[in-house]
Amino acid sequence: MRIRGVNIWLTALLVLIAAVFAFPMLWFLLSSFKPGSELFSLPLSLLPETWTVSGYQTAWTRFDFWRYFANTGIVAVVTTALTVLVSAMTGYAFAKYRHWWLQGFFICILITTMLPTEVIMPSTFAIIRDLGLYNSLAGIIVPSIVTATGVFMFRQYFRTVPDELLEAARIDGVGEFRAFFQIMLPIARPIAVVLAIFSFQWRWNDYIWPLIVLNDPNKYTLQIALRSIVGADNIDWSVLLSASVISLIPMVILFIIFQRQIMSADINSGLKD
Amino acid sequence: MAQDAAVTTAPAARRRRMRKPGQTIAPLVFISAAVVLFALFFLGPGILGLYYSFTDYTGVGEPEFIGVANYLKLFDDQQFYSSLTRTLLYTVLAVPVHYVVALGISLLLTSAATRFRTAARVIFFLPWLISPIVIGVIWRWMFGENFGLVNYVLSVLGAPGQRWETDGSLALAVVILAGAWGGTAFTMLLFIAALRNIPTSYLEAAQIDGASAAQRFFRITLPLLRPTSFMVILLGTLGAMKEFAMVQALNGGGPGTENMFMVQYIYQTGFQRAQIGYASAVSMVLMVILIVIALVQMRFDRREDLS
Repeated sequence: MRIRGVNIWLTALLVLIAAVFAFPMLWFLLSSFKPGSELFSLPLSLLPETWTVSGYQTAWTRFDFWRYFANTGIVAVVTTALTVLVSAMTGYAFAKYRHWWLQGFFICILITTMLPTEVIMPSTFAIIRDLGLYNSLAGIIVPSIVTATGVFMFRQYFRTVPDELLEAARIDGVGEFRAFFQIMLPIARPIAVVLAIFSFQWRWNDYIWPLIVLNDPNKYTLQIALRSIVGADNIDWSVLLSASVISLIPMVILFIIFQRQIMSADINSGLKD
Repeated sequence: MAQDAAVTTAPAARRRRMRKPGQTIAPLVFISAAVVLFALFFLGPGILGLYYSFTDYTGVGEPEFIGVANYLKLFDDQQFYSSLTRTLLYTVLAVPVHYVVALGISLLLTSAATRFRTAARVIFFLPWLISPIVIGVIWRWMFGENFGLVNYVLSVLGAPGQRWETDGSLALAVVILAGAWGGTAFTMLLFIAALRNIPTSYLEAAQIDGASAAQRFFRITLPLLRPTSFMVILLGTLGAMKEFAMVQALNGGGPGTENMFMVQYIYQTGFQRAQIGYASAVSMVLMVILIVIALVQMRFDRREDLS
């Protein structure tokens, strides 16, 4: 059934699937505004009968959210900055220089995409500990800096930049390092932004490294703090729902600001971390 | 012919001779940070893990070499087999579900015949912002046996409530649903980018020649999506094999240890029971499985972007 090029059935299907996708989030969000007594009282209703932020207040006073936000923020921002820099340098070297050892290292990076390091976490943990990084935020930051995705994104991008640009700079007597930092890196800004957004999301939502590296509750990231609520024998749902919503706020803000870059990101050149 | 070759290689040879030392040092410096980090946090743990797997290391003291004892113990370990087969079952079920859902949604979102595409795309993308832990929380809240909305709706409809938490298969089904829900966003971006790269002239020409929508999809769109499909399946497989965080929050691998996946098993033996040597042996086995999977999948697709 078509009306002016619009297929009603396909549109209905799209709306239906979108509703199914949106529903868990909506139910979760609306439930967080219900008072604890209403959460389990039948009949369940979609909208809270009495809207309240008491769950949020309890969550906020019981947990040191500022500290978790600060810890997670430090990890996400520092790792992201280092990831962008290291990925840009490595990807640039792969794209613009020819040496047998570059090829060899490229294959090494490629292999890391096939073998997730979560799998060898006992020995990775031993190395983090022996480096003196156990129970420190640096112990989460340093191991997460290199991502094949970031390297591939920059490599792909720099390959599209004409070699003549670099040749011309060389003829003008510009050194290799200045050529990279003053000419190439500024050109690659769009890629840096996309990688920064993705990296921030990976690190903000990271769970496994903080879990094994951090021991001191004062150094917990948000995800570990949330896990301590959901892992309790008797889950306090009112607090858990509110705390979960609070943990999402920074990502939602990031999405609102960078929506265009995220949705149009051509991530085909890279791989998921 | 020979002359041509000589002509083309001569400038290259001259350029090579003219290469300044800076053009060797610079890339060396550029990759140095990545090389050090790769050696420390990938190669190092790999080698160390292999070594630990032959020891009785517990995290403290000196590891003592015990030969293949860990591996022998592993082959008798019921929990190991159970978590390995559960992980493989999850992967085999979750990857196709994930693929079909993400591709279907991407097709609807790129079709010119649908409306509300922009709004729908934002909705499908929102789960990407949500951490695996919170995804677990959201689905646990929906599928709680005694308090969840799903069982409530079933009871209103006159159907019996299902044992989403205490039945292993149903619990796995919820994990698959939650995984597909959370993973669709990223995969959708990959598919949408690939679908937009398919020249519409191909599809229009086929339509003029009388090809049905199904024929156009299976004969044109799907073959052209091959590289993307390969990547989605490879990434999906790896992601499923290392699934951990979401399950932690969703049901903790329960009921009991029925849905305990490999990474959780490694975590439990290595960190909660401090059997690092034994956990490393499990890691090595999982590593070999992943290498085999990667090699098998690579056989199906020679990656062109490596050239």
